[in-house]
Amino acid sequence: MRPLTPIPDFPGFSFMRPFLILLGAVILLALSLPVQAGPVQDILQEHSTILKKSSRKTIQPAIDALANSGLPQAQQVLQVWQAKDMWLRQEDGLFFKGETLPSKAIRLTDFDTGDVVGEADKKALKQLKPNSGIRALIATALVQFQLSDPDPARRAEALTAIERAPDASTLAPLSGSIGGETDATLKARKQRLERLLTISFDKDDDARIAAIESFAGDLGVDVRAALNPILTTTRRVFAGDPPVGLNIARMLKPGADALPEAEAYDLIVAAKLGPPRLTADDLRAAMLANIENGAVGGVPVADLNTDEVRIRAYAALAEAGAVPAAVTDAQATEAVKTHRFADIYEEQSQAVTDAAGAALKAIEAKVALNQGLDLGLDALSLASIYFLAAIGLAITFGVMGVINMAHGEFIMMGAYTGYVVQQVVPNYTVSIIVAIPLAFAVTFAAGVAMERLVIRWLYSRPLETLLATFGISIALQQLAKNIFGTQARPLTSPGWLDGAWVLNDVVSISYIRIAIFVLALIFLLFFLFLMKKTRLGLETRAVTQNPGMAASMGINPDRVNMLTFGLGSGIAGIAGVAIGLYAKVTSELGSDYIVQSFMTVVVGGVGNIWGTLLGATMIGALQKGIEWLNPSNTLAAQTYMIIFIIIFIQFRPRGIIALKGRAAGD
Amino acid sequence: MKNTFLMRNPSILIFLGLLALFTLAVTLMSEATGAGLISTSFVKTLGKTLCLCLIAIAMDLVWGYTGILSLGHFAFFGLGGYMIGMWLMYERTRQIVEGSLANAEIPPTAQEITDAIGTQIFGVVGSSDFPAIWAFADSLAIQLILVVAVPGLLALVFGWLAFRSRVTGVYLSILTQAMTLALALYLFQNDSGLRGNNGLSGLQNLPGAGDIPQSMVSIWFFWASALALALGYLLAAFVVSGKFGSVIRGIRDDEVRVRFLGYSVEGYKLFIFVITAMISGIAGALYYPQAGIINPAEIAPIASIYLAVWVAIGGRGRLYGAVIGAALVSLVSTWFTGGQVPDLPLGFSTIKWVDWWQVVLGLSFVLVTLFAPKGIGGLFDLLEGIRSPKRHGAPLGPDAGSLQEREAQE
Repeated sequence: MRPLTPIPDFPGFSFMRPFLILLGAVILLALSLPVQAGPVQDILQEHSTILKKSSRKTIQPAIDALANSGLPQAQQVLQVWQAKDMWLRQEDGLFFKGETLPSKAIRLTDFDTGDVVGEADKKALKQLKPNSGIRALIATALVQFQLSDPDPARRAEALTAIERAPDASTLAPLSGSIGGETDATLKARKQRLERLLTISFDKDDDARIAAIESFAGDLGVDVRAALNPILTTTRRVFAGDPPVGLNIARMLKPGADALPEAEAYDLIVAAKLGPPRLTADDLRAAMLANIENGAVGGVPVADLNTDEVRIRAYAALAEAGAVPAAVTDAQATEAVKTHRFADIYEEQSQAVTDAAGAALKAIEAKVALNQGLDLGLDALSLASIYFLAAIGLAITFGVMGVINMAHGEFIMMGAYTGYVVQQVVPNYTVSIIVAIPLAFAVTFAAGVAMERLVIRWLYSRPLETLLATFGISIALQQLAKNIFGTQARPLTSPGWLDGAWVLNDVVSISYIRIAIFVLALIFLLFFLFLMKKTRLGLETRAVTQNPGMAASMGINPDRVNMLTFGLGSGIAGIAGVAIGLYAKVTSELGSDYIVQSFMTVVVGGVGNIWGTLLGATMIGALQKGIEWLNPSNTLAAQTYMIIFIIIFIQFRPRGIIALKGRAAGD
Repeated sequence: MKNTFLMRNPSILIFLGLLALFTLAVTLMSEATGAGLISTSFVKTLGKTLCLCLIAIAMDLVWGYTGILSLGHFAFFGLGGYMIGMWLMYERTRQIVEGSLANAEIPPTAQEITDAIGTQIFGVVGSSDFPAIWAFADSLAIQLILVVAVPGLLALVFGWLAFRSRVTGVYLSILTQAMTLALALYLFQNDSGLRGNNGLSGLQNLPGAGDIPQSMVSIWFFWASALALALGYLLAAFVVSGKFGSVIRGIRDDEVRVRFLGYSVEGYKLFIFVITAMISGIAGALYYPQAGIINPAEIAPIASIYLAVWVAIGGRGRLYGAVIGAALVSLVSTWFTGGQVPDLPLGFSTIKWVDWWQVVLGLSFVLVTLFAPKGIGGLFDLLEGIRSPKRHGAPLGPDAGSLQEREAQE
């Protein structure tokens, strides 16, 4: 049996003791050194020399160490440093985030723990003030953090920032972040951006050429923006042949269109290879500067009223040595002959410029094709607007032969109806659905009233119809001005019509234009159905062709005329809602379209809806075509279009599709 | 000949007499030459009205007598104004520039003067070079010829194209309207060479007449306008009397029949179109120096339509009707839109005539077209006891000229 041994010391206690002592020591230590050195502080301490010295050339290791440390605080530290908020405590050489308090003291925060460690006087501290070069380096390092931020939105933001201001320094962090990217869309974006940056900034020509070639046929605006700077040239002049090593785009022959002689000499002057030519202003200044006793170079001042006399006086002055001798035309020509002129690429590598040139050429060919497509879409959309504006006229003028100058005002009434409905019905979609039949009803009623009150008395006097309806037109226009004011009223389209259908960076068309196109198509079908398949259409055609015979067949021409006119006006009202959606609603809305509408009907051929369609297409295509040839000037486009139409009428006075035989009337 | 021409048309003498009386009365009441009862600005308004009467005569000739509803005559009017305006502006700027350069230390060269004038005139559209169309701006004689030549030539080319392809009726109206719109849009461009939408300004100042007060200048222009109106009236009356007048009236009433009778309809129409364009150009050349400014908005199609409105209200197919219409409507318009007419309180709201005049004008125009196709001139027929045949009842068919119910019974 084991003897009882005294109870030993509680084993733990003996271990505990030194621990407690240690603990006490630590607490003591903590009191004296309030901050426990952490990993960030360690890195900062490690590089404290270069941090304090703060030079752009030497700082990189410190930034790299922070950026590559993998510490969660690294980004914040860099941001603080960049914002000049990092302070050095003089007594122990530790770095803190500092905040200037209203009391001028600095509140210090530890980087590792994020705890406030206390306040200190400004004198006990030293602020780290990175210069702009260093701040740029820090910013580059920060991009990497944003590009790898867990939040996809932040990553997209960083990409957008780089896209907006591409910079050589962003290339490396961007490449670095691609591997870790989890979002497929963002990854594709990053890869594309990497290739773009490679084109612009990579040091390796082969990599650049590979990147350029990878974009063959890409229509993006960003690609062209990256390629174009590579191909920028400067025009330079050389005393002899251009030195070897320059990347020459082309040699220029002075005197040709590309480089007129005067311009060539200006280049020589700019390169300080020759004295400047005497301009009229210089001549005048020289005269003014050298007036002596009422004469310049022996020529009386009063005689100096032609350039010849002034040049003679200048020559006299030059002989006397008062002014430098002027360059004569012969000398200038000689100088131009002896010099060589060339466009020089700023980019050094010829392989790169060649690749960029070839890629850009291919892209531009494709862009031109797509622009043609875009132009076609634009023309189609303009054509459908003209068609919409003209289809009501095609009924009243084309079928009935009534000139209604107030047609444009019916369009305006439709647009204002839409505006009023939107004031009452707040939901845009509902309001448009309500507005369309309401606009039809309003303008139908107005049309019927006008037909009953005015037009039917004037059927045999077309010119007077024109003037009477014009009277109504100005009255309606002024009435609209009095009611709605002169400022434009908005007719807001529903949200689902906002935006555009984007095919690529070149081809796009807004939804509202597609909607108008569809509307025009619906109207065309409706018109065809009405005229060919319904009783009213039959009667209308009968009354149009021979009212007397139609009347004796039991058709009431009065009623048919009234309904047809109302229908034409009603369609104008609906067109007004559609046009108001994409143009501002003003009292002049209608008059902007009236001449074009009549042109459309006349060019197309009166009395035939297909003619109106063709007329609208032709006028729309023509206007867009002329605008494309002369992009800055829509006024000129309209002018030339009207002149074209006037000439067109010479060759086809009855329009594209002319009615033949009995249907043609007279 | 002249005696019989005037004897056959007593209205000419009456008109010329009234015009002379009116001119005399205004002269005696003006500030410069008379009692000063009429302000200078009103003399200008009256002078401008006389010019509008002149273009109304041209419009009556082309529409009322020949049946061509041209909606383009205000374009010719504006072109005439532009032509004289170019000289007025160039010459006045030249005098100012030369005056300021004369004080320079050394005399300016011809090139320097031209450059300075160019900068003065075209600085507003960001240019300083003279466009080619200003080539003759320094010569009054050539610009005066251009006042009639440019509108005449435009009318000749346009009319020849249009009449040759037998564009008639409302089609022609729309085509002339398109021409006017094209011209106005062209002039609105800054690089058209005529200062874009700034137009030409400062036209009321006659070059070399800086010392003469505006009151005197205005009465000169008033006299010139009155003289031009008198001569224009005589010319128009001469053209519409006699065989030529009969042919053009025939064209108005039935063009095809006149053509079948062997007349060259196109030639007659072209002659009338061109000569009225020239008259319009002269009217414009007298109008705009009184207005002081011309810009492309003046040429807009709406102005030409108003012209048709004046003639229709005055009475088509009679020259004095056109004059009455133009004078009355334009003066009343000035009165209403000038804000001088007292507002009309209606209890629930007040009618401000500045806002409502257009509505009244438009509707009264409809009423005139419907109920008084002869216009105000028709009143003179009533005085002489000429009445249109009374046609009662509803038309039996919707065709033009179909018999009325009552006529069929008789």
